[in-house]
Amino acid sequence: MNRDGQTPLVELRDISIAFGGIKAVDHVSIDLYPGEVVGLLGHNGAGKSTLIKCLSGAYHMDAGEIRVNGEKAHIENPRDARAYNIETIYQTLALADNLDAASNLFLGREIMRNGLVDDAKMEAETRKIMGRLNPNFKKFNDPVSALSGGQRQSVAIARAVYFNARILIMDEPTAALGPHETQMVAELIQELKAQGIGIFLIEHDIHNVMKLCDRASVMKNGQLVGTVNVNEVTDDDILGMIILGKKPAHLAA
Amino acid sequence: MADISEAASASGTKRGVLATLELDARLLGMLVAFLAIVLIFTVWTGGTFIQPRNVFNISVQTVPVAIMACGMVFVIVTRHIDLSVGSMLAMCSAVMAMSQAYWLPSLFGLEYGNPMVLVLTILIGFTSGILMGAATGWLVGYQQIPSFIVTLGGLFIWRNVNWFTTNGQSVSLTDPNLLMFGGTEGVLGAPASYAVGIAASVVAVLTMMAARKNKIGHGFVVKPMWAEGTMMAIIVATIMLFVHWLSLYEIPAGKLRRMFEARGETVPEGYTAMHGLPISVLILILVAVVMTVVARKTRFGRYIFAAGGNPDAAELSGVDTKWLTVKVFALMGFLCGLAALIAQARLQSHGNDIGMLEELRVIAAAVIGGTALAGGVGTIYGAVLGALIMQSLQSGMAMVGVDTPFQNIIVGLVLIVAVWVDIIYRKRMGISK
Ligand SMILES: Nc1ncnc2c1ncn2[C@@H]1O[C@H](COP(=O)(O)OP(=O)(O)O)[C@@H](O)[C@H]1O
Ligand SMILES: [Mg+2]
Repeated sequence: MNRDGQTPLVELRDISIAFGGIKAVDHVSIDLYPGEVVGLLGHNGAGKSTLIKCLSGAYHMDAGEIRVNGEKAHIENPRDARAYNIETIYQTLALADNLDAASNLFLGREIMRNGLVDDAKMEAETRKIMGRLNPNFKKFNDPVSALSGGQRQSVAIARAVYFNARILIMDEPTAALGPHETQMVAELIQELKAQGIGIFLIEHDIHNVMKLCDRASVMKNGQLVGTVNVNEVTDDDILGMIILGKKPAHLAA
Repeated sequence: MADISEAASASGTKRGVLATLELDARLLGMLVAFLAIVLIFTVWTGGTFIQPRNVFNISVQTVPVAIMACGMVFVIVTRHIDLSVGSMLAMCSAVMAMSQAYWLPSLFGLEYGNPMVLVLTILIGFTSGILMGAATGWLVGYQQIPSFIVTLGGLFIWRNVNWFTTNGQSVSLTDPNLLMFGGTEGVLGAPASYAVGIAASVVAVLTMMAARKNKIGHGFVVKPMWAEGTMMAIIVATIMLFVHWLSLYEIPAGKLRRMFEARGETVPEGYTAMHGLPISVLILILVAVVMTVVARKTRFGRYIFAAGGNPDAAELSGVDTKWLTVKVFALMGFLCGLAALIAQARLQSHGNDIGMLEELRVIAAAVIGGTALAGGVGTIYGAVLGALIMQSLQSGMAMVGVDTPFQNIIVGLVLIVAVWVDIIYRKRMGISK
């Protein structure tokens, strides 16, 4: 999988993690190159979210190794992941409902002035990025609990995009969105990809996967079924991998 | 990611005067309740309730509970509870009383009235509070023991360690400097009080102007100047009226004579002096201001509210919620130490039952002040106002001859009704939390 001698942005090598008796992720290896979108697919409970949470620092893997830019990375917590410019949009969005959009966007990375948080500056920055991502967003002074599903999602996306991510993890980013909004996320992904950012995209809609991803990795019961180049397969091939848990015969070689 | 329906509602329709002043309904409700209590008891007592002397007493009595309630806001906002604050207060009070009466004089040979007694006593008392709080925070944050259990245990433990510390004896405060944190023993006098009032007014106005300028600088909509001006006028008037009122409370002639004699002087003919602001009230105001700044303007405060709103989100955003828990409880412990200093100075002694049942008043003050037990929501000014409302109610009832058991029944009912009204209001307004 060594693409013309390029160093992968991220390598997840032989990652395993178990909860009680359940092997949520079982010896999975995948990698990601700059400017690439890798789709992560599989049924609910396949272990996709758990795998990417090892990379984002939310979980401690039991075994395995993470390499960033070819060097072994030590990711003990979400702060460490951010230090490697890994940004994550969680499936649950991970927003503090009682805080407004700006406080959520800058949570853990507040803009300070004279030792105090600079709310006006953070709101101004939030208005700027939301102006790009969701021009109709107006509720800057309400707690995010007052926002619609789509608006909340756009806050979570803005948070991941704002801080110049090199590696972006998107766990079902379009789950709460309508067709128009989904289209905007698709355009955003293409724009970020063009900037050389590597993206792990967990996505259920096979058409989006075919359209947006360069490669697709399929998981089942915590194990990696296989990784395929999207332009070499049909959507039925991928669906077959998800359902049957094995690579189609013509690719198995 | 468009959501067109939301766009229309945000751009302002016609707004009422109250909306323009940007006063929130909760604060307004509490202010109305407080003013109603003051009005009712003033009429009922034929004016005695509102007299400078009584206002002074209520202010001083409110201080320890209000100080601890400020800390309790942070504890409850992070979805915890601290049932041990009354016992921690007693424990801090015990070590401070023993320090000034026995330990410091015997260990270091510090003599009566030596200012080092004051400094070391405070240091020992505050450190004890911080350590007790930090221990609680460690058990809750790192060991994941529910705070209800840890602090229920703490309630029993510290109350009785306190008993052993003093052998169950009362210890009277002998150090003259320590007494200044109490009631009538530590006052600023009229001139200094007015100076403080003016300084506070200036700071308040400048702060509001600076916030306004900052908003305008980023191109945000601000409230009209007349609204801003009205708010400033109300705040300045409140400060100055309070200062003026306490400056009308005269120091009795007998006491004045003793004060002069202590300095080896005699009272000049026709000389009078006023109490003015008590130092303890000044400390409360300072605590409330600092805690408000901490809550709204520091990372620590931001993380407290984030962790209360969604602990997972805070953790995933890189907030160390375990260490945060330790800090929140340690701060609570520190404020118990401060409250102990003031409570024992007012009583001029440490008694075994000091701070008894205070945890319930402190929690009630925070809750009446709008702190949600579900976490994530609460204000410092609300808690202080909550403490003031409870103390006014209790003092007023005592003045009109309501028996103590009945006073407590009323306070209990007020707590329940305050939360009940809030729930009904939120349902009506469609506010989820
Ligand atoms: N914190 C946790 N504690 C216990 N089990 C977990 C935890 N997180 C995930 N799991 C389990 O790990 C498995 C994989 O879950 P997940 O990664 O969320 O799947 P996916 O994102 O692919 O739908 C599931 O069986 C789930 O129940
Ligand atoms: Mg998932």
